[in-house]
Amino acid sequence: MTDWLRIPGYVSHRDGREMPTVTVETGRIREACEHARDELGFQMCVDLVATDYQGWGGQGVSGYIGTASGRDLMKPMTQGLQALPEIKPKRFSISYHLLALRHGAPRVRLRCWVDEGERVPSVISVWPTCDWHEREQFDLMGIVFEGHPNLERLLMPEDWEGHPLRKDYPIGGEPVRFSDEE
Amino acid sequence: MSATASPPTTRRWPIVADGQYDGSRIPSRVPTVLDVPEELRSSEDVLQINFGPNHPSTHGVLRLIVDLHGEEVVGVSAVIGYLHTGFEKSMESKTYWKGVTFPERIDYVGYQNNGLVYVLAVEQLLELEVPTKAKWMRMLLCELNRIHSHLVFLGTSALELGAISMFWYCFREREMLLDLSELVTGQRMHTRYFQVGGLAEDIPPGFYGECRKFVEWMPHALDDYKGILDRNEIWLERTQGIGVLSAQDAIALGQTGPNLRASGVDWDLRRDQPYLHYDQVDFKVPVYAEGDVYSRYRVRLEEMASSTNIVRQCLDKLERMEGMPWIADDRKVVLPPREELHTSMESLIHHFKIVTEGFRVPEGEIYVAVESPRGESGCYLVSDGGPKPWRIHFRAPSFVALEATATCLEDALVADLIAVVGSLDAVMGDTDR
Repeated sequence: MTDWLRIPGYVSHRDGREMPTVTVETGRIREACEHARDELGFQMCVDLVATDYQGWGGQGVSGYIGTASGRDLMKPMTQGLQALPEIKPKRFSISYHLLALRHGAPRVRLRCWVDEGERVPSVISVWPTCDWHEREQFDLMGIVFEGHPNLERLLMPEDWEGHPLRKDYPIGGEPVRFSDEE
Repeated sequence: MSATASPPTTRRWPIVADGQYDGSRIPSRVPTVLDVPEELRSSEDVLQINFGPNHPSTHGVLRLIVDLHGEEVVGVSAVIGYLHTGFEKSMESKTYWKGVTFPERIDYVGYQNNGLVYVLAVEQLLELEVPTKAKWMRMLLCELNRIHSHLVFLGTSALELGAISMFWYCFREREMLLDLSELVTGQRMHTRYFQVGGLAEDIPPGFYGECRKFVEWMPHALDDYKGILDRNEIWLERTQGIGVLSAQDAIALGQTGPNLRASGVDWDLRRDQPYLHYDQVDFKVPVYAEGDVYSRYRVRLEEMASSTNIVRQCLDKLERMEGMPWIADDRKVVLPPREELHTSMESLIHHFKIVTEGFRVPEGEIYVAVESPRGESGCYLVSDGGPKPWRIHFRAPSFVALEATATCLEDALVADLIAVVGSLDAVMGDTDR
């Protein structure tokens, strides 16, 4: 097995269904990416995605429980408030989905956590493809990537206020153009 | 190279060693931008023009800000987002059942493959087993959809370079595909035929026959295309050696799918990370090393042939599966059969609950990737255990493909720009989401 412990800034790791998740210190994510690319052979960063966990677990839902083999569909109380989801350490998670172009297509998810106002080192120097990925996450989620040479809005208009994919950004909160509200 | 015949060790790996990795031709400190050279910047010879967002050869609403020095392209920066509709945000407020309609509209040309990646992600979080007939049918439709997507690519990109007849030829076969789609799903595009758990309906009678006719016809159509383009002097002049992307750069820029294979990287998720039943079919993965516009065209052309081949193998399997289930028998997730609603109270309640409240998906996160016509189409899904996705994100291959525009356009002429943008085969709906 790959030696995740040698990744710079290693915090923890967990095996997932499709790929392991390795959490690293936010400040050392660039080093970790470089290590993953050069030492572990994950040549490609296929995706970079941020998730906002504000209000996570507030619903208290985990109703549909059990596995394919262990699920008893006739059992009562399989829908409802059964468990709270796992508590997250900070508000935003940033996931780097890496892929190694070799037999078996090994993948790994590097993960770091930030709170509002914290910065993440940019990994453009490691993977140029992260240019637009980082801009997209800045635009929609408001994550600031330290060292990005051109951190501007990508998908939303330049003068847009707010970051739409955040949980505190409401749906229907913006005025609709050419309507009476404007 | 077939899925079974060649062990992965015999492949041509472009990466010499893991450490020797550099995106050597990244044109400026911002990788997606081509900077105007210092000596030209002060001169008055550089003309900045807007290419798009409303230009027929931008495949939608791509805007390129191009700096021209005479006919040479000396600076490029792409502006996207004109088609941003907030699919990810919208899907967070819809139940999983209702969300099926969204991904098909993200990449509106490769709609089946995008629909597939979403239902696969939900199924994996649910740990739901899908009937084998549904898997084969999904493969069949995804491959038809791949041909459809490549036909649109070939027709439009040849049209932009002046080969107008290609457009009519390609859309002739595209029409056949849309008719097939209508026959089996009731819709020509954006079918909502893939459901969490399997397929919406059984495969209608008569489909296999019609599909066989298409499979028999398609090789002749491909010969037609080759006849028009392969020895066409103008086509060759305008595509060979144009918009070169090296293997190193392609990997550094995260390229996937045909764009990566045209740069000499032998990588196809259908073979290298098989999903559905792709490990049980035999197909060829075309790879070209030149990395130019012509290679990208050749890769897609040959992929149509191998997709036709896969469709034929799927038909062979499906024809022997008459009467087998097409959707999982899990009433907490899958809608009950229509006829039961008239007789069974239980079914009516389940139907009502799934449509209104939705089914709950266990807490967890997942990233699922499939080989869409444009490359790796991925779906990152986070569930908190509720009936709606907490976060859903699509890894859009077109988004990444357009990042390579600047690198491809180094030392290009303005006429090449159209060939290069067309050859990257970006769908703006996919890019902007």
